[in-house]
Amino acid sequence: MAEYLRRMPLSGETFQSRSTLWSFLKLDPWLFGGLVVLAGFGLTVLNSAVDGSSAAIQRQSIYLLIGFIVMLVAAQIPVYRYARLAPWMYLAGMLSLIAVLVIGVGAKGAQRWLALGGFRFQPSEIMKLAVPLTIAWYLAKRSLPPNPKYVAATLFLMGLPAVFIFLQPDLGTAILVAVSGFFVLFLAGLSWRYIATALTLVLVSLWPLWSFVMKDYQRQRVLTLLNPESDRLGAGWNIIQSKTAIGSGGWSGKGYMQGTQSLLDFLPESNTDFIIAVLAEEYGLHGVLWLVLLYLFICLRGFWISYNASSTYGRLVAASITLTFFVYVFVNMGMVAGILPVVGVPLPLVSAGGTSIVTLLAGFGILMAISQDKRQVN
Amino acid sequence: MAADRNLLKDPHREGRIFAERLVIALVVFTVMLGVIVIRYYHLQIVDHAIYATQSDQNRLQTQPLPPRRGLIRDRAGRLIAENEPSFVLSVVVERTGGLDTILERLKRIVDLTDDDIEAFQKRRPSTRPYAPVPLKFRISEEDRARIAVNSHILPGVEIEAQLIRAYPLADLFAHAVGYVGRINERELQTLPEGPYEGTFHIGKTGIEKYYENVLLGQAGVQTVETDARGRIMRLVEKTPPVPGGDLVLSLDVDLQLAAAQALDGKRGAVVAIDPRDGGVLALYSSPSFDPNDFVNGISYQKYGELRDSPDVPLFNRALQGQYPPGSTVKPAIGLAGLHLGLVTAKTTIADPGWYMMPGDDRRYRDWVLRIRGTGHADRVDLHMAIAESCDVYFYDLARVMTVDRMHDFLKHFNLGSYTGVDTTNERPGVLPSSEWKLKNRGKPWYPGETLSVGIGQGYMLATPLQLALMTSALANRGYAYKPSLVASVDGVPNQPERLQLPEIEPSHWRTVIEGMEAVVHQRSGTAHAMAKGLKYRVASKTGTAQVIGIGQDEEYDEDDIAERHRNHGLFVAFAPIEAPTIAIAVIVENGGGSSAAVPVARAVMDAWLANPGKGAAREGVARSG
Repeated sequence: MAEYLRRMPLSGETFQSRSTLWSFLKLDPWLFGGLVVLAGFGLTVLNSAVDGSSAAIQRQSIYLLIGFIVMLVAAQIPVYRYARLAPWMYLAGMLSLIAVLVIGVGAKGAQRWLALGGFRFQPSEIMKLAVPLTIAWYLAKRSLPPNPKYVAATLFLMGLPAVFIFLQPDLGTAILVAVSGFFVLFLAGLSWRYIATALTLVLVSLWPLWSFVMKDYQRQRVLTLLNPESDRLGAGWNIIQSKTAIGSGGWSGKGYMQGTQSLLDFLPESNTDFIIAVLAEEYGLHGVLWLVLLYLFICLRGFWISYNASSTYGRLVAASITLTFFVYVFVNMGMVAGILPVVGVPLPLVSAGGTSIVTLLAGFGILMAISQDKRQVN
Repeated sequence: MAADRNLLKDPHREGRIFAERLVIALVVFTVMLGVIVIRYYHLQIVDHAIYATQSDQNRLQTQPLPPRRGLIRDRAGRLIAENEPSFVLSVVVERTGGLDTILERLKRIVDLTDDDIEAFQKRRPSTRPYAPVPLKFRISEEDRARIAVNSHILPGVEIEAQLIRAYPLADLFAHAVGYVGRINERELQTLPEGPYEGTFHIGKTGIEKYYENVLLGQAGVQTVETDARGRIMRLVEKTPPVPGGDLVLSLDVDLQLAAAQALDGKRGAVVAIDPRDGGVLALYSSPSFDPNDFVNGISYQKYGELRDSPDVPLFNRALQGQYPPGSTVKPAIGLAGLHLGLVTAKTTIADPGWYMMPGDDRRYRDWVLRIRGTGHADRVDLHMAIAESCDVYFYDLARVMTVDRMHDFLKHFNLGSYTGVDTTNERPGVLPSSEWKLKNRGKPWYPGETLSVGIGQGYMLATPLQLALMTSALANRGYAYKPSLVASVDGVPNQPERLQLPEIEPSHWRTVIEGMEAVVHQRSGTAHAMAKGLKYRVASKTGTAQVIGIGQDEEYDEDDIAERHRNHGLFVAFAPIEAPTIAIAVIVENGGGSSAAVPVARAVMDAWLANPGKGAAREGVARSG
């Protein structure tokens, strides 16, 4: 640990311009190293989850490669440019969200994608970055802690896309987008009074939310969470099977490529949202702990970068991205283990799926840019 | 505005707030991480055993391996009941991606009724996900090909092979062998679970039911690793099933066929027994039905037709039909007279064509009175009484004998009680006595009733099987073997039970059997018509059973009477006389008289005796008696 601390790059003001490879690439070596190890570990687990299908592994490798290139590019952009770009990104994101509702394509009763000449993308993914960037841009210019007017404006900025995403419908992403905006507000010093009021409001609105807003399948998921045995073969199936996979792994697991739950297809979505169950089954608790440590390392490094950021904007963005990343991990591991309702949240950098990898790594690219930012914006 | 905001900004305060909030976030972060780790620790370490078991239960399936049901063959080894591979169409609902669409498509490819679909929907709730649900049984070769060709538009549709009971000879053995059917709700509750694991059929009637334990076999079991779709990935452990025991019947396809052809759809029954071992050579009840219809459940329409038919084809006349035996009991009663010393072979009585009891002015008519206007002859002895079926002789003998002595003697022929044949639904018939009447009718016996019993009428009832058994006791001159349909189980011969009559003078036997021989071989015999072209000597007795009562001075006129009120025709016989190998009883309902039954018996006996390969004694049985 001492070694780790000693070798931490110094904060912006005393940063000495050494022409190392890392500063040339504008990358944080610790964060970068953590991400690469995570990606490699993820690929290994995925290889078992897809039962050695080389096509799936190739596809995931390509996504990771694109993701890391995007990260490298994002790291090159100076932090102040993000501040200026943010509102435009937000605007573009909102427009495409509206477009999704009108001309979007999708599956299973939800419209989530925009098709652009054979290429499909999910505008809600853009918003996962655009919302914290924009809110940070809005708040960093203002005197903090924010006064009621600013809080209201911020809530509007995060609420608007959340509502549109909710209409797709995609409750999970809507909440995550709102949460990423909320983190910025919280870190900017949102008064505890507001937080207390908000919490009360949420508790009070639970009943109308349950009765009028939530769709049947969403209610079903919550009910299933509370008692998966009530619907063993239907909605409860996923949870029962994932808990069985995790529990049967024990301390040391059934061995790589030996997970019966995943290989015999009892575990649903084993290469996407439920991939942690494959890891837990094959590597056991000790594999889960290694992964948790890896995530912990990346998050701590993210917090360190945010703590040392040279501008309020950088601080807010870096901490918000890191917290959101952690929330992904928490929600995913929680839902697979049966303590949170099943919402479509992938396990960051391990689950198969292109858009989320690229968005996540773009976010870390911004974190890299912040870590290398020597300029005091104010 | 921008300047204002900047003026109000306090970077140090902002930094302090941020640091403070970051610490709070870190605390929350740590708590959340702790929750996750504790949760995984709980699942993977604390409850590991529970989930490990659950995981094994998931992947390891114990599948029953149903045994092959035992085969049933006739005495020459020809298959009577076998197991045919049959194809079942099933659907894995989870893989169809829209059940309604698939059912619509299937309807266009194969013949699917609403009943099929309704039954299918009922089976669904009890099936686990990704397990096939049966939709239609007995898929034809053609349908199978059509489904295979269209399999790309029929995801989740599967065809499985099962062994289904089949009766290649259709209606020929329906009553003799019975049939299997699907295990029903009621049976499911009473059956032991283990032996029927994976078996869907059970013997419902006849030999199939009586020998159920032998035919069933022992279920095996295999443990396999399956995936979530129920596909078998690997065999872990296997105990193979033990196939059911094969039965060889004493029945003969050729005799059965001869009986069926001779009866030609008329209501009636034939039972033939080999007197040397009690093996039943033929057991046919007409009209018959196709047992194959019952195996997978008969349709309501078909069942309704069978049930409501006036000819009651489901009724097993050979075992359940209780008929007045008529004159066919005369040889046995004659034997009783000789044995009890009531008459001798030389005793004669006057025969005016009717009989009157002392002190009673009622006239008991002889059947010839209507035809000849007089009796058989002035004086009639036992030989003539049997050959020409003289009623007056037996009226007198019965009166002298009394009903209870008659009962005690005929009891030795197993009349009035179950023969114990190895199949289901046998009826016992009635051998009346004064005690019987008091018990069952609550009235004392009237002497006039004895006369009716003396000619096999009145309260007396017997099944064709009982008559055949009686005949085989006559054939053996004093003993018989209880009838058995199954000759051997898995190669082990059934040991027949012996029916022993009391010791009777050989001359008495000779007298009675000579009388029976005269029935066919003497010009005046009642079945002399049968003698034409006959290659063996036969001892027999004709019989006629009244269906409606005729008043004492009324006449029975066949033409005036509705077909269903005509007399039943009966005939019992054994041959060859000196070393009998077949004893037979035939009844033709409403045949008018015995003339309807005689040709049927002739056809069956010809099939047995005229064929050099037939008539061989069953090994190890005949010699033991």
